[in-house]
Amino acid sequence: MELGVPFSDPLADGEANQLAAERALAAGMTPLKVLDLAREIRGNHPNLPLVLFTYLNPIAYSTEIDFEEFCFEALNAGIDAMLLLDLPPEERGTEWTNGKTYNASIKAANLPLVALIAPTTQPERVPKLLESADAFVYYVSKEGVTGEGDEFSAKFAKNIEMIKRHTHLPVVVGFGISKPEHVRAASGTGVDGVVVGSAIVRRVESLSKGKGTIEELKSFVSSMTAATK
Amino acid sequence: MNTFETKNTPSPDAGGHFGPYGGKFVPETLIPVLSELERVYAAAVADPAFTKRYDSLLANFVGRPTPLYFAERLTKHLDGPKIYLKREDLCHTGAHKINNALGQMLLAERMGKKRIIAETGAGQHGVATATAAARFGLECVVYMGEVDMARQAVNVKRMEMLGTEVRPVTAGQRTLKEAVSEAIRDWVANSSTTHYVLGSALGPHPFPMIVRDFQSVIGREARYAILAEEGRLPDLLVACVGGGSNSIGLFHPFLNDASVRMMGVEAGGRGNALGEHAARFDGGRPGVLQGTRTYVLQDDSGQIALTHSVSAGLDYAAVGPEHALLREIGRAEYDRVSDDEALEAYSLLNRLEGILPALESSHAVAWMIKHAAEMDGNEIVIVNLSGRGDKDLDQVLALGRTGLCSKR
Repeated sequence: MELGVPFSDPLADGEANQLAAERALAAGMTPLKVLDLAREIRGNHPNLPLVLFTYLNPIAYSTEIDFEEFCFEALNAGIDAMLLLDLPPEERGTEWTNGKTYNASIKAANLPLVALIAPTTQPERVPKLLESADAFVYYVSKEGVTGEGDEFSAKFAKNIEMIKRHTHLPVVVGFGISKPEHVRAASGTGVDGVVVGSAIVRRVESLSKGKGTIEELKSFVSSMTAATK
Repeated sequence: MNTFETKNTPSPDAGGHFGPYGGKFVPETLIPVLSELERVYAAAVADPAFTKRYDSLLANFVGRPTPLYFAERLTKHLDGPKIYLKREDLCHTGAHKINNALGQMLLAERMGKKRIIAETGAGQHGVATATAAARFGLECVVYMGEVDMARQAVNVKRMEMLGTEVRPVTAGQRTLKEAVSEAIRDWVANSSTTHYVLGSALGPHPFPMIVRDFQSVIGREARYAILAEEGRLPDLLVACVGGGSNSIGLFHPFLNDASVRMMGVEAGGRGNALGEHAARFDGGRPGVLQGTRTYVLQDDSGQIALTHSVSAGLDYAAVGPEHALLREIGRAEYDRVSDDEALEAYSLLNRLEGILPALESSHAVAWMIKHAAEMDGNEIVIVNLSGRGDKDLDQVLALGRTGLCSKR
């Protein structure tokens, strides 16, 4: 399960996630409250893998908590790994405050990181990306931002194979996966998991407007899960 | 004058960091396209044919060099230092933005990219990019916040007449920041065919460096002209700072001239509370926005704050990373002037010199008006008039701020 920290300027996200962030912020959500939510989810679901999906600014530059403390608190709240959308390996060694790099603080907190690999990533860069990952690898299946797509092409199968030659970490694929047939196509490439974000977020948005039911959402998620098998 | 001479002046490191600022804080999908841009740019500036072509466009298409004009009546009126205006308002399309748009169009051509995207606030960068795209026969899409489209309606029409598609941005505050995000999203999805012509010294590396280098023609010309006219360097440079491209363009060639003070003027808006201004150095703190680490106006939980300025081009929550460094090392100073002060300067310069400055540039003029008394008649100041104010007339009329007495 991916738990998103809402940010006012989510530049890797399409409309569904942008609107979700807007709704969350309007309702008073903050990075610290996201950790409270994580604690609650962890309490109810001790074995659910929980990934924090976030941009850098709200967790590294709030005045309420510093970056290193946030990483510690996230782990304490039951977060298993963090997906930082705008911290590429090039910036891991940059200081977020005097004398402390992002990398040093993440390592000090022992918080596992997810590596993002994009369709535009050159093969020679892959080992560098994998070096900084210790949770799993997230392969971005389309050039573009998050969001549902009508078409889904599994032409990246070769890239998955190549990544798997470099790492023993699980490889998951996401971006634009919104139908069971997309999940089936993606699963056929040998990935260990499939990420469905906007398609669920969009249904949650409908729920908040009184359209659809929790049961329908559950059955959508079940149909997607079933398609992995 | 060598077009790309930047030796002995602070430049970013290989990763695009200006001290603790700058860098490329972007999703992985953009890293390869930024690397491509870095490679192509490095090869271009080393290629004499590129420089020759760029210089020729600046001379014959933009109309450079722009004059360094002695503002005699303003000087007399203020009874302070001798004030020169660097006339970027006389550039083709009416502002300095064309210097960068043309340079980046040449880069797009080298990369074989046929589609151009850009963001715009005041519309000046949008018009410059639309113009350059028309000149090069490239498809062009400009993202513009709905609020800015309303306050700069003439520029929207002008871009459309140039064959550009102006796409309204309806997210968030519907101004420059949201337009940048939309342009980046487009670029992430279309990077193999599309070049993003970022308009200010902002965003991820290599943009702050590229935009600075293309705008440095302002400072090189000003330095040359003042030495020819006065036989000495100026005591002070004044320029407005939104993202900071006209100011870094003026400042950069003077960075080694220790006697030259530099003043960047931010938008003080209509008050000191968060949301009422765009003075990042007076109310902001370090953060990461749109690919760069710099001073950012934000709330306690790290959400980007709303901003306000009467000038659309200064209405942005972050400042170019090199300015953050120049301020930190004490090489440049930064101050703010209010909407009201800028509007007064807009009228006064028109009355005294017959020059209507853009509301952005009016902030620099306003600072000079406010602080002229602190300097004496032997001192020399260059104020950068980054753009012309015709585009702002509708807005100034609507605000009732023409400086004319009401006939009622």
